[in-house]
Amino acid sequence: MRRSVILDTSIRLVYHPVLVLSLYLLFAGHNQPGGGFVGGLVAGIAIALRFIAGGIDEVRAALPPQPWSLLGFGLVIASVTAVVPLLFGGALLESGKVQWDAPLIGMIKTTSALPFDIGVYLVVVGLVLMMFEAFGEPTAPAAALPEDGEGS
Amino acid sequence: MIAIVVAHLVFGVAAMIAGRRLGHRVFLVAAVAPLLSVVWAATKVGEVRSGGAVSETIRWVPELGITIDLRLDGFALLMLALVSGVGVLVFVYAYRYFDHGVESAGRLAGTLVVFSGAMLGLVLADNLLWLYVCWELTSVTSYLLIGHDDRDPKARAAALQALLITGMGGLAMLGGFVLLGVSQGTFRISELVASPASSALITAAAVLVLLGAFTKSAQVPFHSWLPGAMVASTPISAYLHSAAMVKAGIFLVLRLGPAFAETATWRNLAVGFGVATMLLGGLRALRQHDLKLLLAFGTVSQLGLLMTLAGLGHPDAVIAACALLLAHAAFKAALFMVVGIIDHHMHTRDLRKLGGFGRGWRPTIVVATISAASMAGVAPFAGFISKEAALEAVVHGDALTKVALVGIVLGSILTVAYSIRFVWGAFVTKPASSPGGSAAAAAAAPSLSLLAPAALLAAITVLFGIWAGVYSEFVRVAAQAIDSAAKAKLSLWHGLNLPLLLSLTALALGAVTFTARDRVDPLQQRMRPRWTAAGGFDASVRGLLSTADRVTSIAQPGSLPIYAGIILLTAVTAPGVALIAFGVWPGWPEWLSTTAHLPVAAMLLVGAVGAARATRRFTAALFLGLVGYGMTLLFVVQGAPDLALTQFAIETLTVVLFLLVLRFLPDRFEHRASGINRTFRIAVSAAVGVFVFSVIVIASAARTAPPVSKTMVEQSLPNAGGRNVVNVILVDFRGYDTLGEITVLLVAAIGAVSLARVGRGRGTEPPSAVPEKVSA
Repeated sequence: MRRSVILDTSIRLVYHPVLVLSLYLLFAGHNQPGGGFVGGLVAGIAIALRFIAGGIDEVRAALPPQPWSLLGFGLVIASVTAVVPLLFGGALLESGKVQWDAPLIGMIKTTSALPFDIGVYLVVVGLVLMMFEAFGEPTAPAAALPEDGEGS
Repeated sequence: MIAIVVAHLVFGVAAMIAGRRLGHRVFLVAAVAPLLSVVWAATKVGEVRSGGAVSETIRWVPELGITIDLRLDGFALLMLALVSGVGVLVFVYAYRYFDHGVESAGRLAGTLVVFSGAMLGLVLADNLLWLYVCWELTSVTSYLLIGHDDRDPKARAAALQALLITGMGGLAMLGGFVLLGVSQGTFRISELVASPASSALITAAAVLVLLGAFTKSAQVPFHSWLPGAMVASTPISAYLHSAAMVKAGIFLVLRLGPAFAETATWRNLAVGFGVATMLLGGLRALRQHDLKLLLAFGTVSQLGLLMTLAGLGHPDAVIAACALLLAHAAFKAALFMVVGIIDHHMHTRDLRKLGGFGRGWRPTIVVATISAASMAGVAPFAGFISKEAALEAVVHGDALTKVALVGIVLGSILTVAYSIRFVWGAFVTKPASSPGGSAAAAAAAPSLSLLAPAALLAAITVLFGIWAGVYSEFVRVAAQAIDSAAKAKLSLWHGLNLPLLLSLTALALGAVTFTARDRVDPLQQRMRPRWTAAGGFDASVRGLLSTADRVTSIAQPGSLPIYAGIILLTAVTAPGVALIAFGVWPGWPEWLSTTAHLPVAAMLLVGAVGAARATRRFTAALFLGLVGYGMTLLFVVQGAPDLALTQFAIETLTVVLFLLVLRFLPDRFEHRASGINRTFRIAVSAAVGVFVFSVIVIASAARTAPPVSKTMVEQSLPNAGGRNVVNVILVDFRGYDTLGEITVLLVAAIGAVSLARVGRGRGTEPPSAVPEKVSA
């Protein structure tokens, strides 16, 4: 496969900032625009960039965890967060607040919505990876490949 | 009480975990659970004998008012003896039976203990709903136990058949329970039994409950699963399919009989089907060459007898049913164990090959002969006493009782014949058995420890016969728990009366039937029915599948335009009718609120028209993306950054994914719709557009309640600790939805990957191979 040097380099430059942006959206989401869903989608875009640069192998190299593990893990985190309040006599999905005065950093406030959002984030990222896993391989039968676009 | 039931589950799980290390010894560990139950019950015997009962109520689902009510009365005690008493013996027997090793002993022993616990919960139940839960749990564990050898397709098919039949009956029974419980205002069995009622609803409930009992206790025409279940190993057959599970239906009919005392249908159906089952089972048993199948059809026949007695429901019949429950469990479990021993040593159960056993086999032969004699109703064994009681219960009475009498006498003749056939088939040397016979002489005699559980059961058979007082007392306590008018007077000698004469006649005619087997066998062959229950089951399953196929091919034609057309038309017509009927047009909305809308609208129009007119798929996908980005801009203009952000990210990903998939599709749309088709499509599209536009205009003006978004905005920070309302809605206010949605995402992802792989000609791989494939 021929790779374009310009595309490669610029995507490498952009990839990590986009991932950081997605994490920022995830964590800031409860108070500012963002959230697990958008964060996950932005991370998905970062993955799409890698795919455009180097195909499915590049995606696999960039994100070693298995997509189904991410998906499953995300769903487990979200479900556990939803169920935990039941153990303490609360309602399903009842939100709780945690405050922690961390040394050097200062006061950290968070709610139980964060782990739930992390679960959503992981599910979305896992889903995007799954899609690339499903349709990203260049090994389609020749007949079904009328044009071998830049994608592979 | 519940602690004992739970202990079974704990031991079950422990056995599953420890099975690998313990091997066949795990059965001894598992035996502790039923042993606990027996010991506990023994401490309560005094209380129960005096007519009392031990009760316990646990709040289960307080929101729905569902409780777990347990009650140990005399009848429950008798059933507990069958479930836990025979259970202990079966576990000890299994320990020796499986000493050559068995596939995943832990799973087998664990499931068997869980079954035992479910059965215990069932017989102790004083609440219909709890009874139902235990009932289904026994069906499920029975499925797992029959299909234990999961590589054997025959075992899997038999397990599925048992599950389908008993599961179907169980559902019907649940319907009956709900009808009964709701119409009577209580689900407590002890209260239902105390105040019988009759109405059309109760009659319907009776039919449904009987359906459950018939399927579970293998009554005609649902009996075919029981012989099929004989593919399970012998300890399982001895326990589930002779002593415990198949008695659940009899238990239910006896238990609920008083509640349906005013309902004639209950009695007629139970007796009618019972008699038919008794005769059919006996006839089929006479035809079998496999000892285990012979016993299985014998069990079907005996279950028919039990159903007849339980259905009659008058005090004498209840006594006879209780007596027979005990006697049958003792002799049938022992006989199954003997068949297991023979199978274990000779590696065949074909009675044409068996025979010629050496001296070492004498104890086994004695045990088998005693048990078979009890089955045939020979004095002085327990079976004789219970058969006398059964005959005595039906010699006087109405027309239905007469039917039962004729049925029981005929059934007894058949029972005697197949009992003799069993002993003859297993132990008498036949001309054809010479090769097997020499093998039998050479085969090592079974060790006494393997025989011990069966010997103990045979000893009970003898003791109950000789000391009928103990037997009688046990049965009295049980029967009086069902019907306080029941008076047990079981004894060996009742004097020369009609039941004794009938009993002797049955013995004589049974022996004649057996000796005339050379003439009876061809007759049986000619009588071989064209339509069997097993065939009926197969046919109905096939019919169900082919109907499902046909329905699917109509409902899922596989054409995307048809799907999309139907969905869109439904979406337009259903609410559209309401819109025309009730909608009030509020007048045209403002045409332009800000000039920033103009370029956005232009972009949206270009994108939409372009996508519709594009001839290449690639172009169409890009135009669709343009529409999406236009929406993003619209959100920005309207001041919704969160929506804009999400829309933007989605749109970008969608375009990339579109392009991914388009690589596998032809470059251009091959079939452009033309003529009527084209007009139709345009009409549908136009309708959708007009409809959506008017819905938005009309609906947004039709608001009567304050918008929910206002409270959400207000509650966001104080209640959920977040300033971003959109996110708070997603993760908190509408958290349920989000949880459901991400689950759907997961399912969709798995579906997409499987589809993609199948589409690439890798469909031969099982789905489970998907993860390994890539991790490799």
